[in-house]
Amino acid sequence: MYGKIKEHLQAELEAIKNAGLYKKERIITSAQKADIVINTGEQVLNFCANNYLGLSNHPRLIQAAKNSLDSHGYGMSSVRFICGTQDLHKELEKQIADYFGTEDTILYAACFDANGGVFEPLLTSEDAIISDTLNHASIIDGVRLCKAHRYRYESADMEDLEDRLKEAQKHRFRIIVTDGVFSMDGHVAPVDKIVELAEKYDAMVMVDECHSAGVVGESGRGVTELYNLKGKVDIITGTLGKAFGGAIGGFTTGKKEIIEILRQKSRPYLFSNSIPPSVASAGIEVFKMLTESNDQHNRLVNNVEYFKEKMIAAGFDIKPTESAIIAVMLYDAKLSQEMAAKLLEEGIYVIGFYYPVVPKEQARIRVQVSAGHKKEHLDKAVEAFTKVGKELGVLK
Amino acid sequence: MAYSNKVQELYQSQLKSIQDAGLFKQERFIHSSQAADIEVEFPTGSSLNKVINVCANNYLGLSSHPEVIKAAHEGLDTRGYGMSSVRFICGTQDIHRELERKVSEFLGTEDTILFPSCMDANAGVFEAILTSDDVMISDRLVHASIIDGMRLCPAQHDTFKHSNMEHLEKKLQLHANKRLKIVINDGVYSMDGDTAKMDEIAALCEKYDALLFVDESHSSGFIGKTGRGTHEKYGVMDKVDVITTTFGKALGGASGGCVSGRKEIVEMCRQKARPYLFSNTIAPVVVSGVLRVLDILSQSTERRDKLEENTKFWRKGLTEAGFVLKDGDTPIVPVMLFNAKLSQDFSRDLFDLGVYAIGFFFPVVPQGAARIRTQISAGHEMHHLEKALDAFIKVGKKYDILGKTKQEIIEMYGS
Amino acid sequence: MEENMKDIILEYVIEEYCDEEDDEVTFDTPLISGGLVDSFSMVSLKRFLENKYKISIPDADASPEAFDSVNKIETLVKRFL
Repeated sequence: MYGKIKEHLQAELEAIKNAGLYKKERIITSAQKADIVINTGEQVLNFCANNYLGLSNHPRLIQAAKNSLDSHGYGMSSVRFICGTQDLHKELEKQIADYFGTEDTILYAACFDANGGVFEPLLTSEDAIISDTLNHASIIDGVRLCKAHRYRYESADMEDLEDRLKEAQKHRFRIIVTDGVFSMDGHVAPVDKIVELAEKYDAMVMVDECHSAGVVGESGRGVTELYNLKGKVDIITGTLGKAFGGAIGGFTTGKKEIIEILRQKSRPYLFSNSIPPSVASAGIEVFKMLTESNDQHNRLVNNVEYFKEKMIAAGFDIKPTESAIIAVMLYDAKLSQEMAAKLLEEGIYVIGFYYPVVPKEQARIRVQVSAGHKKEHLDKAVEAFTKVGKELGVLK
Repeated sequence: MAYSNKVQELYQSQLKSIQDAGLFKQERFIHSSQAADIEVEFPTGSSLNKVINVCANNYLGLSSHPEVIKAAHEGLDTRGYGMSSVRFICGTQDIHRELERKVSEFLGTEDTILFPSCMDANAGVFEAILTSDDVMISDRLVHASIIDGMRLCPAQHDTFKHSNMEHLEKKLQLHANKRLKIVINDGVYSMDGDTAKMDEIAALCEKYDALLFVDESHSSGFIGKTGRGTHEKYGVMDKVDVITTTFGKALGGASGGCVSGRKEIVEMCRQKARPYLFSNTIAPVVVSGVLRVLDILSQSTERRDKLEENTKFWRKGLTEAGFVLKDGDTPIVPVMLFNAKLSQDFSRDLFDLGVYAIGFFFPVVPQGAARIRTQISAGHEMHHLEKALDAFIKVGKKYDILGKTKQEIIEMYGS
Repeated sequence: MEENMKDIILEYVIEEYCDEEDDEVTFDTPLISGGLVDSFSMVSLKRFLENKYKISIPDADASPEAFDSVNKIETLVKRFL
């Protein structure tokens, strides 16, 4: 009986619009790549995808997906433990563990599900979760579904973390949870110091590598490579939906027993299909490519350096970053929206973020660089930024 | 890191107790496409066994249908592999909107929003549309993902006895003073294969001014005359406010789910549902496949009709052989064995005879209600069903349960 | 009074959770570990007790173990009376 709720929801939608928080979707009519076509027919350069390694439309992935459609079909129509596990899923799990140097891996339909399903099977009300305040929404939901005690520490603040660890000594087990790279700033969590504190205060460590895997570290293997911590982070969660091809799917990788418990008890794993064969097979191809050569990653690193330097030289205020996320600080919410709109007119597709996605008076444009960008794409973007920046008085 | 011995030992002992209780889930690796005939590596490391699959949610036999695979190929060619972005940043393609339109048309709703899975749709929908002033009244047997969604929602929750209309009415009266009430059901219950009494539930919702929610994961595509779902079967297509369903079962079986229903509810999900905002949507290759599935189903009811015939044959065959079944008319046909160990032994013996079906027991089903859940598909031909039936009868004879009542089986094997 | 409390709880459990075909429920019948009451439906039982006895049971104390039989529930309720 749909009656009064209609009006209630209409009013709430109106309020969202009035607050300037209404989310509209731009429709893309091409594949995801550096230059995309949107439904107005315009071609624009995409600087807001998580397509860090430029693999979203890579011919090798597409071919792998096609081959498995022919050999392993379209869908599994079943969860893993009934009749939804193929040899492909097993192989991909092994490849991911090899890539990160971990003991075992479990696949999920999305990283949202990996984070949503990791805490409840492992921790009880006797334990404590100590979480960075800037952690991703999916970690927050996972924590909400778990009975363990909750502590939060100021983002990347090691003193605050240490205080929380002291407070949490009264519990049976403790786990520190952090994003590897914070998605709005692009800075890397101090996982080396976190691991030190974890050893001192007897806590486990979990890192969400969604924005760092494929990106940071000598060969892109994430924060454990960057800080030389291979084997010292107990739980890594990550996604196949960003750098690693960008379709769907997530994973948790780490200690053998932990993965095995998740396979037995993690609800999103037990109650949802795994990734379809085409995605599993393209995933296998991704890790094959990344093991064969470091080309994609090198290209990304060079692109980031090149773009960052040019933007700083042009006079923009850039947040310190060690990832492929570059936050161009504007501070003013309205300005961030105006600037993004004008950049789109110039053929550069970026998004302006403002409160509550980022703190008040910290509005910014988030640029995401990809290995798929060519030098002329980067040049064109810097040029457009400079032109619009001058028009709007951001640059003198 | 402090993955101390203490932690490791605790997890090891938990795993051991799962194993000792006989509850350890061992995956079987399928080396072929999902279909009536599959090739399975089980136990791990063994050579491949060719078996007939009677436990997939592949109700319409579309999981590896050549036309669906062709459409997926085309999707890869025209829309690429991944989107590497959430919907509202740069992860929306024209085909996502097209699929949302097509699903609304198919289900007879106002609008639809896609989710990476139906688990995510159920996990995100309640929190997006309800507040602590509201109440969710759910059937006791709704799917686990709905329970997770309700746990994440601040609205009060209450439950009613499975398909018990008197109890539901009592609960609706009890919560009369709440701002909004929503009654939550599965269309078809996955463990028993019974159908929600949608007509009676809809009438109660009208009487007590409550919203009606139904998860159609095990009904979309084949329940009702043209396969639209339980709301079609019970003639209440315009009375359901929120439908969630999956593309991971009958509708191709790859992945993805949706919330479909009243325009404002869908719009609220687009603004506020967390799994939607914070996760990539369905990949282009999958979207292209589902679009083709919906075309196939809109053109002809041939597949759901064949499924209905197959189901009748299967239920009749098992009943005549003397098995105890759960009543119903859906393609989910539980063969009741009551005892957990018997269900495992039975499943293993079936596998040796070339038939793949899984035994379910507590806590997935109630204590003393262990069973083999069979699921029939339009992809089954008569020879598959005959062979599977033969195998069931052989194993049934071995354990001497044919023609026996529930009581007699429990006396022989315990509950 | 004590017997009375158990009877009241038992009556509610039977009325709220049992179908006709279910076996007899006693003061010791395992409710949750026995699969009669799922941990989610436990909420209505908790609310019933809180309203009936004008108490508030903190979530931390409302564990499935504490609700696993009528006897245990009685012990729990008495802690908060």
